[in-house]
Parts: sequence; structure tokens; C-alpha cells
Amino acid sequence: MNGPQDLGGQMGFGPVAPEKEEPLFHADWEKRALGVTLAAGAFGAWNLDESRHARESLHPAVYYAATYYEIWTRALEVLLTRHGFLSEADLAAGEAVDDAATPKRVLKAADVPAVLAKGGPCDRPLAAPARFRAGERVRTKNFNPTGHTRLPRYARGKIGTVEAVHDGFVLPDSNAHGRGENPERLYTVVFDGSEVWGEGADPTLTVSIDAWESYLERA
Amino acid sequence: MSHDHDDHHHDNHLDPMAARVRALETILTQKGLIDPAAIDAIVETYETKVGPRNGAKVVAKAWSDTGYAEWLRRDATTAIASLGFTGRQGEHMQAVFNTPETHNLVVCTLCSCYPWSVLGLPPVWYKAPPYRSRAVIDPRGVLEEFGLTLPAATKVRVWDSTAELRYLVVPMRPEGSQGLDEEALADLVTRDSMIGTGLASMPAKVPT
Repeated sequence: MNGPQDLGGQMGFGPVAPEKEEPLFHADWEKRALGVTLAAGAFGAWNLDESRHARESLHPAVYYAATYYEIWTRALEVLLTRHGFLSEADLAAGEAVDDAATPKRVLKAADVPAVLAKGGPCDRPLAAPARFRAGERVRTKNFNPTGHTRLPRYARGKIGTVEAVHDGFVLPDSNAHGRGENPERLYTVVFDGSEVWGEGADPTLTVSIDAWESYLERA
Repeated sequence: MSHDHDDHHHDNHLDPMAARVRALETILTQKGLIDPAAIDAIVETYETKVGPRNGAKVVAKAWSDTGYAEWLRRDATTAIASLGFTGRQGEHMQAVFNTPETHNLVVCTLCSCYPWSVLGLPPVWYKAPPYRSRAVIDPRGVLEEFGLTLPAATKVRVWDSTAELRYLVVPMRPEGSQGLDEEALADLVTRDSMIGTGLASMPAKVPT
């Protein structure tokens, strides 16, 4: 979706302002937000793509006013409610009022090191050969889906070169909406700065994205 | 949906986000869905075990051992796992090497994708709109804000982390670092140099 998350090339946000000696967390609630988000993800009720879509579906005014842990927390409330773990009555009371759905698992402290060290690989074996090869010129699709996609607006309808051909990966556009993993081959596609940004682009710039096969067509 | 917790009588001593997160943790704990000790363990992992010192060890080894550097270039996930660094947001790693001709810079314009297994949790600026919006269109301007001015002829390659591949920049080994062992080399590898918003530090002058 053309939501607030799709920031590449947007203007007006001001300088980056990196913080000297930045602390890992800026408040204790950020620690809890991190932990609650990961522990709730362990329920197995939604996937990473659905999480990302919940975050980008926040109203732009909310998204841009929030820090990232606030974005996570607000999206987590949406996910928990959607999947039956949290109710309006719970939130209104600030404590458990309604019964919850049954999660596939509850993350225990003893399991945390193993779970974090394992992660959640998203590569999937594919029988079909790669449609594109390294060095080939490709054009990205020009589309504006209302659902989740990982093809940023700045890189739509642009001609680039396939730099690397990867394995199959879970397709976010499908997986975010409960329509299955539908894995597709992934490609690193590199664009000249002038192709993406046109007049005035930095002549030394190239930008790459990682694009699923259905995002691409032969140029 | 809208939840405004600002007026919750029992949380009115907390700021709104602290109250909001506390309410979530309380509700989920009461329902038996989360174990607060698991949250402590998650936080402790990223406070003490998983951080940019991991990535620095990878880079220092690549600087010291050309065989390892080749392995890292070819199959970063396995080469990095051989040092014990695996897991969440590092499942599919790619190492990109700076050269005198090309400087690499990593961003996630669409969210906050970052190689946790080697760099830990991302800094606030990495996840915020100024960096995410400008890194792809004005990387030199962004680098200036980090105090890094690249030569005009240096090519800039920006990697937008749009999928599940996570990028680790291998900065160039600084001059004057000959003879240093891996541990001393790792001390020169800053977090920002592995994102591409900085260079590796110069070694302290050794008195002669």
C-alpha cells in the first residue's frame, strides 16, 4: 500500500541528527514494548508480513508522530485484537476482562535464547528455474496495490539490472493477508540514480532493492 | 480502532506510552499469554549478548583472513554463523565490501530491517523518517550529517533492505592497522561503519 511507511525519496523530515552515545533504550517502556512484541509474535497467530502491514496501516498522522516502539505497540494492539487475544473491554479496564484465544505457544524465559538464536528463516525451496539471470535488464512493475507490498514507490516502473539471483522467499504481498506463503524467487536489482530520481540525481549513485519475481518483467 | 489511555486513573502517573505498554503486558500476563521473565530475557539478550561487537568480530576476521573474507562474500550467513552469530533478523545475511571505488550504505525505506544478529537493535535514527527518506536520494547529504565527506569520484551504492536479506557493510581496513591482532582490529570497527554511515576508526598512534 502507498502508506506512510513508504518513505524513500520523501522530503521535509529534516536532518538525520544521529545521537552521540545513544542509549540502547530511551525509556524502560521501550524494553517492555520490545519484549511484549516479540513474545506476542511467538503466539504463532500472525507472521512478520502481517505485522509490517499492521504498522504501515496506522494513520499517517499517527505513524509520523510516533517513535518506532510506539508504532510497534499500536500495531500490536491491532494484531492482538484481530486475533482474539485482546478486547476493547480489556483495554478499557487495563486488565484482563475477556477470555483470550489459545496461542500455538507461550514463550517461556528458558526458551528465549534458543528462539532468538534460531530466528525465522523465510527462504523456501523452489522447483521452478529462475526466470531472470544475473546481468539481465528488467523493469519493475508499475502497480499501486491497496494491500501489503515490498516494492517501494520510488522503484516502480523503473529499469534496472539483475545483480544477484537468490533462493525462493515467502511472498509478503500474499503472506501478510493470510493468503499463504506463495514463495517466489528473489532478485537483487540495481538501478542508476538517474533512472530513479531523474534530473539532478547524484551521478555516482546506484540504488538496489530486493525484488520478488512477480515484481519484475523483462525490459 | 482507537484507544486513548491518557485518562486511565490507575496509570495517570505514567506517560501515555509507558501506561499503554504496561496495560498490554498486564493484560497478556493475566491471561497467561506472556511470561514477564521471557520479556526480561529478551531485553537482556539485546543489552548484553547481541550487539555491534558481534559484527566487529566478523569484520576483523575478514580483514585478517582472506579465506574468511571470501567465504563471507560468497555465503555470509554461514560464515557469520561459524562465529556463533545467528538468529532473528540475521537469518539471511549478505556482506558488502567497501572499496576505494565504492562506498556502501544500508537502509530500510519501508520499515526498520536491520541485521540484529551482528549489530543488535537499530538506533533510533535508522528507524526514523529523515534517514529512511533521504538515504536513497541524497546519501552524500546524509553522510555529511554523520561527519563523513566522501571524495566526489567515489561511487555510492545504497542497499534498500526490501526483503529478508540483511546487509552488513565491511568497511575498508584503515591504514596503519598492520600488525594488529583480530581483537585490536575489532576495536576499530564502529557500528556506523557496518551500516555505511561511517568509516572504521584509525588506530591510535603507537609511540615510536
